[in-house]
Amino acid sequence: MSASFHILTPAKNKGSLTVYLGYAAGSGKTYRMLEEAQKLKLVGIDIAIGYFEPHGRKDTIAKTEGLETIPRKTIHYKGAVFEEMDTEAILARNPTVCLVDEFAHTNVPGSTRAKRWEDVVVIQEAGIDVLTTLNVQHLESLNDQVWQVTGIRVRETVPDWVARSADELVMVDVTPRALVHRLERGVVYAPEKAKHALENFFTEANLTALREIALRQAAHQVEDRREDHVEDRVIPIRNPIRDVRILLYLTADPATAGLIRRGKRVSDYLHGECFAVTVAKDVEMTGMPASEREKVERHIGFARNLQIDTKVIAAPDVAKALTEFANQNRITQLFLCRDVRDRDRIIENAKDLEITVVAERQR
Amino acid sequence: MGASDYCRPSPDELLRRAEAEESQAGRGRLKIFLGYAPRVGKSVRMLDEAFRRQKRGQDVVIGSIQPRGLEELRSRLGNIEVVGDGTLDLAAILQRKPHVCLVDELALSNPPGRGHARRWQDVLVLLEHGITVLTALNLQHVAEQQEAVERITGMRAANSVPEDFIRRADEIVIVDVPPEEVTLGRRQPSQIEELSQLRQLALLLAAEVVELELQRYMDLHGIQQSWGTQERILVCITPRSNARRMIESGSRNAASFHGQLFVVYVIQPDLTRELQESLEANLDLARKLGAELHIIDCGDPIGAILEFARTHRITQIFAGHSQRRRWSLWNSNPLDRLIQAAEGIDVRIFPHPHTR
Repeated sequence: MSASFHILTPAKNKGSLTVYLGYAAGSGKTYRMLEEAQKLKLVGIDIAIGYFEPHGRKDTIAKTEGLETIPRKTIHYKGAVFEEMDTEAILARNPTVCLVDEFAHTNVPGSTRAKRWEDVVVIQEAGIDVLTTLNVQHLESLNDQVWQVTGIRVRETVPDWVARSADELVMVDVTPRALVHRLERGVVYAPEKAKHALENFFTEANLTALREIALRQAAHQVEDRREDHVEDRVIPIRNPIRDVRILLYLTADPATAGLIRRGKRVSDYLHGECFAVTVAKDVEMTGMPASEREKVERHIGFARNLQIDTKVIAAPDVAKALTEFANQNRITQLFLCRDVRDRDRIIENAKDLEITVVAERQR
Repeated sequence: MGASDYCRPSPDELLRRAEAEESQAGRGRLKIFLGYAPRVGKSVRMLDEAFRRQKRGQDVVIGSIQPRGLEELRSRLGNIEVVGDGTLDLAAILQRKPHVCLVDELALSNPPGRGHARRWQDVLVLLEHGITVLTALNLQHVAEQQEAVERITGMRAANSVPEDFIRRADEIVIVDVPPEEVTLGRRQPSQIEELSQLRQLALLLAAEVVELELQRYMDLHGIQQSWGTQERILVCITPRSNARRMIESGSRNAASFHGQLFVVYVIQPDLTRELQESLEANLDLARKLGAELHIIDCGDPIGAILEFARTHRITQIFAGHSQRRRWSLWNSNPLDRLIQAAEGIDVRIFPHPHTR
């Protein structure tokens, strides 16, 4: 593997994004990224490490040898000192390619941007190509599924559209057995942490399931990227489903977050469009108890973060309002939470639509 | 149940025991490095692993290696013993009896008069003799994938390995790189598109192998809950529902998710000839579209569907809208019962044919 794809990418304004995708800590994402960096350096590309998390792993640390590292900045928060990536220093240094480990990281409060992926967008906008690492369980739309498999609610998530914006996604594969061995040998974590990990997250069943999810995600993203280059296509994508338009009905029901993730995921896979509405007596939702309104607003914000077109409809009758909105916007599928108020009447009213009642994922 | 439930070992403990039994039975482990095209770096990955194992004290030899791999090997520090001339001399390897044997170019045929006709058949012998095998394989050499590969590239490789051989491997690793790295500067969009399609096929094949592994694990440990790693769609048809539309939609959805499609019909008695005919046509359609079709005779259709969905780890149920407009208190809506009882499964309700 001599030539690297980065030097083949034509010059453009926005820097490209390459994501090294794995399914667990220790799967070798950072190692792979550093290998790529070494190859780039060898062919004379101006490359710098913007952020690297060594985790005390000797083999990985050895791979950084000879690469320039841009110093981190320190941030004081609640009497403690934290280190974060220094985005401004990266911009000032302006390398051709920048390495940013741990794409899903949440910055310490007081940082300029809340999430590392937001820093990455800024770096890309300055025309710098970025290589980064991500575990599949950090994808927002997989949050419920990952919880179902592992029992762990992943808090640091990346909206799917950010990951989908990657120009290239490389699956870094390793078998669960090899990964468990790495843990047992103490390559990944210190002994105490390794023991805890092996008993909880790193069971072979969990790892096998996460690995399959990652492989499917990578396959999906390859297909997606093919669709982006429609004009270059030799063989058509099989079985396209025409004009899928999905409407999510948002309420204060806590299951709504799962509904939004599921609906958006289905819409993405079917290459459809996704809308969300909530129905209230008035657009400001003043008629609602404050606690309920707060929940609905949180769900609206969440949907918008996932780039779903979201509206509040003022209408006295929920069932009628949903059907009307669906007709006006050529909606083909309505998504509801199972325990939503007036469910039967909504289903009865929207008889011409396909209606998906989204189940809450159980453990 | 009895007291035996009390001290049941954990699933992972059971798996470890099963593995221990396997190695006691003296079989070697098979690990395959799968690539979607030549030059993705399979052999390098395989050599890396061989070196790592050697460093950890395992007795590693090379059974077969291609000239390019040999160059790569020589460029490294350290060395690994090559048995014979590096074209898989089965007898010599069995005599040498290493712990691990590396076999490159798995799909090749053996020269006449030596070993079996095919290299992969020799590998089976090595495994039987307790030798762990590391091997590398390209998608174009997987027999069941060759038709698809030919449709994409217009070419068909002469040699192949049955897919079943891969599915039965103890471990499979996908070696993934962006297509731009494989083309070495030649960058015609059509070539990238071809490689992307092969790449997608290889990733999905790996996902399927892993799914099998997971299913086996869950079966072994009696885990019935679906983890939704693969979308599994169950279309429930009745003589009066818009079955054709539901089956077609199920098929397209299953394809988009690269999932599996099931169709269930719970037998209804005393159908008119007209209904019977349309039902038969829809069952034929389901077969034609490759659905796994089940016809169930059960007095409690919803109960039967729920049981089927549970045991088949269904993630989405497609059902027709109920015809009756109102349900009285004593006769609850069957659809409602399905929705309430389908724990962890999405239910998609399709419009009744007469409403469109």
